[in-house]
Amino acid sequence: MSRHLLTIAILAGLVLLLVAGVEALGIRVFNRIATNLCISLVLVLGLQIFMGNSGILSFAHIGFMGVGAYTSAVLTIPAQMKGMALPDLYGVLQGIQLSPYIAIIIGGLVAAAVAAVLSYPLMRLSDAAAVITSFALLVVLHTVMTNWSNVTNGPRTLFGVPRATDLPLAAAVAVLAVVAALAFKESRTGRLLRASRDDEVAAGALGVHISHLRWRAFVLAAFVAGIGGALWGHFITSFSPNAFYLRETFVILGMLVIGGANTVTGAVIGTFLVTGAFESLRAIEGALNSARIFREQVIGVTEVVLALAMIAILIFRPGGLFPTREIGALLARKFTKRKHAS
Amino acid sequence: MTFALQFLIDVLSLGGAYALMALGLVIVYGILKLVNFAYGELIMVAGYTLFLVGGSGLPWLVMAAVAVLMAIVTGIFTDYVAFRPVRAKSVTAVLITSFAFSTLLQNAALLFISPRPRNVPLPAAFSQTVEIAGVITPVRNLITIAAAVVLLGVFAFLMRRTVLGIAMRAAATNFTMARMLGVPANLIISSAFAISGLLAGIVGILWIGRIGTVVPGIGNEPLLVAFIATVIGGMRSLGGAVLGGFLLAFIDTTLNYTLSQELLKFRDAFTFSLVILILLWRPEGLLKGPATGQRT
Repeated sequence: MSRHLLTIAILAGLVLLLVAGVEALGIRVFNRIATNLCISLVLVLGLQIFMGNSGILSFAHIGFMGVGAYTSAVLTIPAQMKGMALPDLYGVLQGIQLSPYIAIIIGGLVAAAVAAVLSYPLMRLSDAAAVITSFALLVVLHTVMTNWSNVTNGPRTLFGVPRATDLPLAAAVAVLAVVAALAFKESRTGRLLRASRDDEVAAGALGVHISHLRWRAFVLAAFVAGIGGALWGHFITSFSPNAFYLRETFVILGMLVIGGANTVTGAVIGTFLVTGAFESLRAIEGALNSARIFREQVIGVTEVVLALAMIAILIFRPGGLFPTREIGALLARKFTKRKHAS
Repeated sequence: MTFALQFLIDVLSLGGAYALMALGLVIVYGILKLVNFAYGELIMVAGYTLFLVGGSGLPWLVMAAVAVLMAIVTGIFTDYVAFRPVRAKSVTAVLITSFAFSTLLQNAALLFISPRPRNVPLPAAFSQTVEIAGVITPVRNLITIAAAVVLLGVFAFLMRRTVLGIAMRAAATNFTMARMLGVPANLIISSAFAISGLLAGIVGILWIGRIGTVVPGIGNEPLLVAFIATVIGGMRSLGGAVLGGFLLAFIDTTLNYTLSQELLKFRDAFTFSLVILILLWRPEGLLKGPATGQRT
């Protein structure tokens, strides 16, 4: 862990710089964008914990984000609101009203528990079959969220979630997630898992229990995703199941891939870059629509550009911007090299 | 008896469509060992082509042929954009490029056509019903069964008896060895994408014939169906894909008939949970294909 101190300092510094900058400017739009960025960062880091170490692409991640968001929402909506927001809620849950901060943690725990039960059999699969079943898992979670009206209000928007997430909280959780992702990377589980990523047969022959290690990483990733989802829920305060489906998956995956899935640095840098690009494109899209230059509404430009960027990155730099080394290690190397040269 | 016949027609027509979808996906997977996420968008392209040529006044069969042709062209184009540049790199890289390409096509449809459903021209036969032995069934179900039988037959002949089919099977078994023996790799891969596009185009028209309209997300469900059918049937076996398609249709239809209205909403969740159970029992799928060689 100590070898990553420089990396932690730089990445946490980046987040703190963002918070300080936004607070100093005091513009509400920037505050919203920065909070969204921090929440995305939590989600991307969660995905990195599983994908970066096991090398398996997971589509189910955003499903667990949804589990966290709905769990936390059901536990915190004020009792008098529940009659309107969730008329068919089970009696036991009707009286419960927790502090959002406790509920966010419970949201993460529930997401982790769901992942622990569902994913154990799936971790035996590798390559394409693993990806396809994780995709199926996303569909299962989405179907349940869309149709379990008692708890989620069905496909309709769930409203009345108390607002609890602000920029400092989201940033603090993001920094914690950075530390957690690096700590997991250096843990015994993380190292063995990366051995299995690089050569599954060799690692298995050396006695690595691959499916069990993958399962641990998956559960941790789901926990982080659940926390991220709950944070998002308490930020946006009303949402529907469609928020946790393919579009969000694409955005989070794009951030991770562009930055580099194998490193925590890549996850952080990717989130910053993609959020920046996305928000500017969205602003352009909004300006075009309000200026009524085209007859119909312009939608989808942001996704088209992100898709093109992803394809370009994968063609020219398949590992992303930071393919193997964390930023701390890169800087330290540069420094020692220069010393040797002189 | 009537019920049995009704059930049989339902399973066969749904299964025929599912089997064709799965086959189009697995033909590319067999050779490249790569999943094409943009497969559903081939169906979308066929649908929008049909919508765009709708006002031209051509005979319907010509319009359908144009739509299938566009799906084939898009299939080959997918190879050039999303697969060829990254083919030699990691599996994950290719999965993500095809996912990105799929999002690209969907959003291009949103941007340039419309997010709202568009009507496609369909011949009258698609909305008529016939009565067979006391069972009333839509004609399009019979068309689907006939199309599936014909296409599966042609496909089996192609793979077993023609040089192209034998070369493709050789490439699927051991790509490097096939190349050394003079099988032109890029041509074989492009042919696989073309066949994939052909199947997607035809199945797309049959699929859209059920609904009558096309939306940018039309390809999502067929893609999912093809995924699940191939995973059940065995990722590397062409026969497995067909088997998986019919099995999935059987599961879906049985659930349609047995689940109560309240639970029917969760049908997809039940189906996919069943798939997870099958994979627990046989992680390789039901039919094992030939042993895999290296990619590219």
